Amino acid sequence: MLQTLPFGGDGGGYMADEKKLFTVTIDNITVEVEPGTSILQAARKIGGDVAPPAMCYYTKLKDSGGKCRTCLVEVAAGSAADPRPMPKLVASCRTNVMDGMVVKNITSDRVIDARNGVVEFLLINHPLDCPICDQAGECHLQDLSYEHGKGASRYEFKRRTFDKHDLGPYIQLHMTRCILCYRCVYTADQVTNERKHGILMRGDHSEIATYIEKSLENDFIGNVIDVCPVGALTDRTFRFKNRVWFTKPVDAHCNCEKCSGEVQLWMRGDEVLRVTARKDEWGEVKDTSKGETGWICNTCRFERKKASDWIIEGPSQINRHSVISQGHYENGVKPNETIKKVMGGRDPKLLMNIKDVSEVNQVELSEIKGAATSESFKQLKKGN
Amino acid sequence: MGRKILLDKAHIEGIRHYDVYRREGGYRSVEKALKTMSPDAVTEEVKKSGLRGRGGAGFPTGMKWGFLAKPEGVPRYLVVNADESEPGTFKDRYLMEFIPHLLIEGMITASYALGSNVSYIYIRGEYWWVKEILEVAVQEARNAGWLGKNILGSGFDCDIFVQPGAGAYICGEETALIESLEGKRGNPRIKPPFPAVKGLWGCPTVVNNVETIAAVVPIVNDGGDEYAKIGIGKSTGTKLISACGNLNKPGVYEIEMNISVEEFLYSDEYCGGIANGKRLKACIPGGSSVPILPANLLLKTAKGETRMMTYESLSDGGFATGSMMGSGGFIAMDEDQCVVKHTYTLARFYRHESCGQCSPCREGTGWMEKILLNIENGKGKMSDIDLLWDIQRKIEGNTICPLGDAAAWPVAAAIRHFRDEFEWHVTNPTDALKGNYGLANYAKPLEIAVAP
Amino acid sequence: MKFSDDKLKQVDEMISHYPEGKHKSALLPLLHFVQKENGGWLSSEAMDYTAELLKIAPIEVYEVATFYSMYNLQPVGKTIFEVCQTGPCMLRGSDGIVDYIYEKLGIKPGQTTADGLFTLKTVECLGACGYAPMMQLGPDYREHLTKEKIDALIAEGKTKAN
Repeated sequence: MLQTLPFGGDGGGYMADEKKLFTVTIDNITVEVEPGTSILQAARKIGGDVAPPAMCYYTKLKDSGGKCRTCLVEVAAGSAADPRPMPKLVASCRTNVMDGMVVKNITSDRVIDARNGVVEFLLINHPLDCPICDQAGECHLQDLSYEHGKGASRYEFKRRTFDKHDLGPYIQLHMTRCILCYRCVYTADQVTNERKHGILMRGDHSEIATYIEKSLENDFIGNVIDVCPVGALTDRTFRFKNRVWFTKPVDAHCNCEKCSGEVQLWMRGDEVLRVTARKDEWGEVKDTSKGETGWICNTCRFERKKASDWIIEGPSQINRHSVISQGHYENGVKPNETIKKVMGGRDPKLLMNIKDVSEVNQVELSEIKGAATSESFKQLKKGN
Repeated sequence: MGRKILLDKAHIEGIRHYDVYRREGGYRSVEKALKTMSPDAVTEEVKKSGLRGRGGAGFPTGMKWGFLAKPEGVPRYLVVNADESEPGTFKDRYLMEFIPHLLIEGMITASYALGSNVSYIYIRGEYWWVKEILEVAVQEARNAGWLGKNILGSGFDCDIFVQPGAGAYICGEETALIESLEGKRGNPRIKPPFPAVKGLWGCPTVVNNVETIAAVVPIVNDGGDEYAKIGIGKSTGTKLISACGNLNKPGVYEIEMNISVEEFLYSDEYCGGIANGKRLKACIPGGSSVPILPANLLLKTAKGETRMMTYESLSDGGFATGSMMGSGGFIAMDEDQCVVKHTYTLARFYRHESCGQCSPCREGTGWMEKILLNIENGKGKMSDIDLLWDIQRKIEGNTICPLGDAAAWPVAAAIRHFRDEFEWHVTNPTDALKGNYGLANYAKPLEIAVAP
Repeated sequence: MKFSDDKLKQVDEMISHYPEGKHKSALLPLLHFVQKENGGWLSSEAMDYTAELLKIAPIEVYEVATFYSMYNLQPVGKTIFEVCQTGPCMLRGSDGIVDYIYEKLGIKPGQTTADGLFTLKTVECLGACGYAPMMQLGPDYREHLTKEKIDALIAEGKTKAN
């Protein structure tokens, strides 16, 4: 009997030259992507509000995703061939697009409602200690709560707490803040040569731990700090040193034997307060100039803390909406604004233009070189 | 007397052992399949039988087998799910304990149909003595030549191993079971891919419930058509029901799926009515995760028809006025029982058994448990009832695996049908600590809306 | 911890159930075995030895051992009463069984008697709902529990200890 292989065989030249792209419509915006692309990645291609938030998925980590449920979307039509809707919301990070698929993200009330629930679930046991958390300002849970959460909690019980642990001299584990995204576990598996920590216990008692207190010392283990979406894994060498939005991120590199040496320095004046990998607009570690994932080694991250250790390339690109841009006024990246397009010309998000009400903001911030002072504002205003 | 095709011989002295089992006609299905049928022909009989998965979801077994990918040179596996842990369910244990060779026989036949040369029984660790019974039976089958190389000269090789779990309800979910069988935490996998394509060790795998596989024996022996004659509509064959709670005769019963719930509950052949002369208040007919029904909706559907022990009739009315066959765990509650407390124990169960992988289930199950305990202890507020409703609504359908739904449904159904009782706990906190709401109107005949 | 050759043979037998290279699958049965050999609980030493036997990282063993409820991570009493308390058992009076054990032994769920003889645990559904109330006692189930049966089990536990 002849077997039809859906993707098998050599194709016999058929379809060999031309790679057929899939057309997918997300929130009324149509985009073409390669087969095998996830809904999330397709939505990121559109960008802006159409990209679902992702707390556990991480492009550079195999098998990540599917767990936090913040990226749930509604599939209104499965594909052109089978346009039936999917009955349940699906995790967009782990569901691949089909040709002719129609997806609803922010245009779906079901999605908004479910996401609102997920944010609430993630927050009921979160300590909300942002004022003393080093992650504040670059915390994805903060962003998520701001965008999709409610102002008040309905949870009236004691929150779950864990003791703090130092995982060796460089990394602090603050388990109470953890949302169990598993990213650090995948990082240890995929970026280091031996994993020493993991998820212990189960259910609401699950925790990231080493079981008997061990320090994490692998050369690349510091990357768990970069992948952590919240303040559960933080850099002990940066602890309480400064607020990230008061520091100035610059791209820099060095000749490193262990890694690419391409990093981001978080500076105050000439002082290097912190070293991290470079991140893209989704908060994920960027590729290096050689096209490899830009994980950095512990030496670069924790031990090269003098400006003279580095060749500074210039200010990092920071999303203009990010709180970090407060202390950093160059190379602002304007995010793709999709909301008007999605909502048929309406812009429900922009309630008021800050520039209309605040004098300070009437200047173009990106024109200020270095740290902003009232003097620089005055000068710029004069210039205008 | 209803016809029994699985447990008819379970009480014969010594049937646990090979000699007696064989003497009573055991292993005929293996002979028939291996000597006279092709693997596909076996699958065809199972399709014809209309057999539906007995683990809870009720998915047609033949169709599931048909989905199994068969790439060249890749092993395929049959894994039997004996991780029975849905509260109210203890039927598989009974079958394995009393007539273990029936499962093994069904496994060999099913393995032949699926092309599985090594098959596993994943049994919950707490059933340790049952595991030992199965191991003895497997060894007996091996010694008698029913397992091993070139069985009956057919060229088909098959072996069976028994794998113990270690205490985790979630491992009853097929992908969590596979993870556990691979020596990992029982975290359900994200689907697709489904086990039929990528299962155990990345190979195509079928996971079937114990009772499902046992039913393959009579299906092959008598033919799928013959099996399909038993029962009503799409509920073909017999079903093992494990009855518990406040009954005169709790236990495991094999029923033909053509009797009414009332007959099952009150006749002497089955449960023999409610214990201590009390009246029925409520019932969870298909294992703890399916919706609870008040007595009046259990025996008759909202349309006033007699409710039958079939997949279709038990779910008649959807979740608004119906329930589900589920795993056949029939939990009856008498007039002295408190629905709030019972729901609390179930919420606690699901919180305890959540794997913790995805946020709605990890965080939501514990939240529901805490609120229910407050209400039960007279510390609840009226708004808590609506809050509970909202929490379960936000868990349901939004999780990786069905445990989220399983945790949400009992809470939803309890509020849907017993809201009075919840409110009574809130408004009468002191009484709620001492006694309970009682039967109220839950057994009163429903007024049936007459069609205009 | 180190197994004799005889015990190692049993370990090899467990590993033989799986295809080449899939020996990690033996982790759950092996942990049951190691726990039994280690006096009923899994010390970190016992878990590290398990990792060594299966040639896997210790964290892989900790992750699994802490996930499943049958593995004890602390030393336990000689007799452990694991009383089921889920719905169907509750309907048949499991609360009364827990109270009665407290009355007789002065231990609440999670506690061990001062002499280390008895531990009381409440557990979730064990799949014996039709024979409720019930408990797990070592590898066995004790079903249709009554006060008299509890008395007998306590006496049995004391005799066993002597």
